[in-house]
Amino acid sequence: MHEKMNAKMEAREINFYYGAVRALKNINMSITGNTVTAIIGPSGCGKSTFIRLLNRMHELVAGSRVEGHVYLDGKDILDPTIDAVDVRRSVGMVFQKPNPFPKTIFENISYGLTVNNVRDKDYIEAKVVESLKKAALWDEVKDRLKDNALRLSGGQQQRLCIARCLAVGPEVLLFDEPCASLDPISTGKIEELMLELKKNYTIVIVTHNMQQAARVSDTTGFFLMGELIEFGKTQDIFTAPKNKQTEAYITGRFG
Amino acid sequence: MLRKFKEFVIEKLILLCGIASVIFVALIFVFLLKEGLSVFKFVRIGEFLAGRSWYPISEPAQLGILPLILGSLWVTFGAAVISVPIGLGCAVYIAEIAPGRTKEVLKGGIELLAAIPSVVLGFIGMVTLVPLVKNVFHLSTGLTGLSGSIILAFMAMPTIVSIAEDALYAVPKSYKEGAFALGATHWQTIWRVLLPAASSGIVAAVMLGIGRVIGETMAVMMITGNSAVIPRGLLEPLRTLTATIAAEMGEAVVGSEHYFALFAIGIILFIISFAINVTADLFLHKHK
Ligand SMILES: Nc1ncnc2c1ncn2[C@@H]1O[C@H](COP(=O)(O)OP(=O)(O)OP(=O)(O)O)[C@@H](O)[C@H]1O
Ligand SMILES: [Mg+2]
Repeated sequence: MHEKMNAKMEAREINFYYGAVRALKNINMSITGNTVTAIIGPSGCGKSTFIRLLNRMHELVAGSRVEGHVYLDGKDILDPTIDAVDVRRSVGMVFQKPNPFPKTIFENISYGLTVNNVRDKDYIEAKVVESLKKAALWDEVKDRLKDNALRLSGGQQQRLCIARCLAVGPEVLLFDEPCASLDPISTGKIEELMLELKKNYTIVIVTHNMQQAARVSDTTGFFLMGELIEFGKTQDIFTAPKNKQTEAYITGRFG
Repeated sequence: MLRKFKEFVIEKLILLCGIASVIFVALIFVFLLKEGLSVFKFVRIGEFLAGRSWYPISEPAQLGILPLILGSLWVTFGAAVISVPIGLGCAVYIAEIAPGRTKEVLKGGIELLAAIPSVVLGFIGMVTLVPLVKNVFHLSTGLTGLSGSIILAFMAMPTIVSIAEDALYAVPKSYKEGAFALGATHWQTIWRVLLPAASSGIVAAVMLGIGRVIGETMAVMMITGNSAVIPRGLLEPLRTLTATIAAEMGEAVVGSEHYFALFAIGIILFIISFAINVTADLFLHKHK
């Protein structure tokens, strides 16, 4: 057991390999509960690799290998005796491209419950409504729950994916560039939503948008070529970065 | 100038090929219709389709093809019952579960199965399967519908597996990721997300597999026993539409009612195959 005050999640000495290629080098990061942590860095630096590791989604990639520990409430979730399915129910993930299932809005959200063997219809219904409300989508879809989810706009689809994730009852939410395919208005809605969700969840978000990182996050980590170059309070990173490379990146002087 | 001329010639040649193939199909169809429909000068359509006895060379000839239709249906049904679950299971295994090497080996095996000529399958069935069926079920002969169904299942399997597998691959990877991220197990993901998302392609796979079975001739002729009586189950000898044409066309006198009746059976087979292919096509396009 590994205990640390206030750290909801903690990555310890993480090395990650795609076959022989080392994609993450000795990463240590401590994520405080009920905060938003932004992960920034140039393309290919390992941001997605890192957050996918936090709920063991990396296991979908054949030939990948991880060393080190990731603690959730002090428990090592990379431990092979722990079921990845349980980890993913506690640590949810929303992807870059909204990926609702080709089913109705209702079914999209109830899916996560039914795979968890929830059968109580009333409970499911209540949970669907609750999740849609939490994801700030309820007012827009309450009259069309039986519509195919693919008919929603991109921004609505992304909030549906968030609702779907919330319905399972996670404690941590991972967002991998959730606004990359959205217009500014939808992006604004998602950012607002994150600030709201932070009250009850711990959030980690990968973003290429510096303003977004500055607006929504409390803590920021800057990755470069598989290394965590700088990690600290967002305010400090954006106003007084300690590292030259961090400064170059956030001011846009970086390739 | 010369280049333009070349282009022109090539273009026209291709056009000609296209037109020719359409004309051939049309000619075949017209010929089939003309010969086949002539049978109804001798027998009413109702008697032909629902007649219970097929004695084409007795005097007077009895041209009821119900036993043949039922023979085809029984064999096809049996083959579908065997090949659809196994074929789909195999497709899911290849597309989702099998590790790299196993996948390649399996795919190779399936392709090999598709490459075995049907007469060879029929022959193998004759010497291995027929005695087996006879012994297992204590029958007087192993030349039964069941033997035919099993061999036909082998023929339908490659079609079903490869098309269903393509359909599964065509499901966006993001669906799978989405399901996994919600804490679904691999099996829940396959059953509740991947298979439904691939359903139209899978229906097409099944239809095309069945289409292959209905049109198959050689193997069924060799091992179903070829008795044109109304079958009451798969453990009896029976005879299919296709086997009837193949077995009797050689001895039918050109222009006789028997001859026309065989063509009429051809029309029926044509209609069935056409309907199956169109349905499969509809599902495949819905998929896109
Ligand atoms: N499935 C994979 N197989 C092999 N290498 C991979 C795989 N996925 C990513 N990589 C490599 O690992 C490194 C990190 O990739 P990753 O996707 O984590 O970057 P990223 O920071 O998320 O980039 P982006 O901002 O473009 O999304 C890259 O060099 C990439 O080429
Ligand atoms: Mg990425």
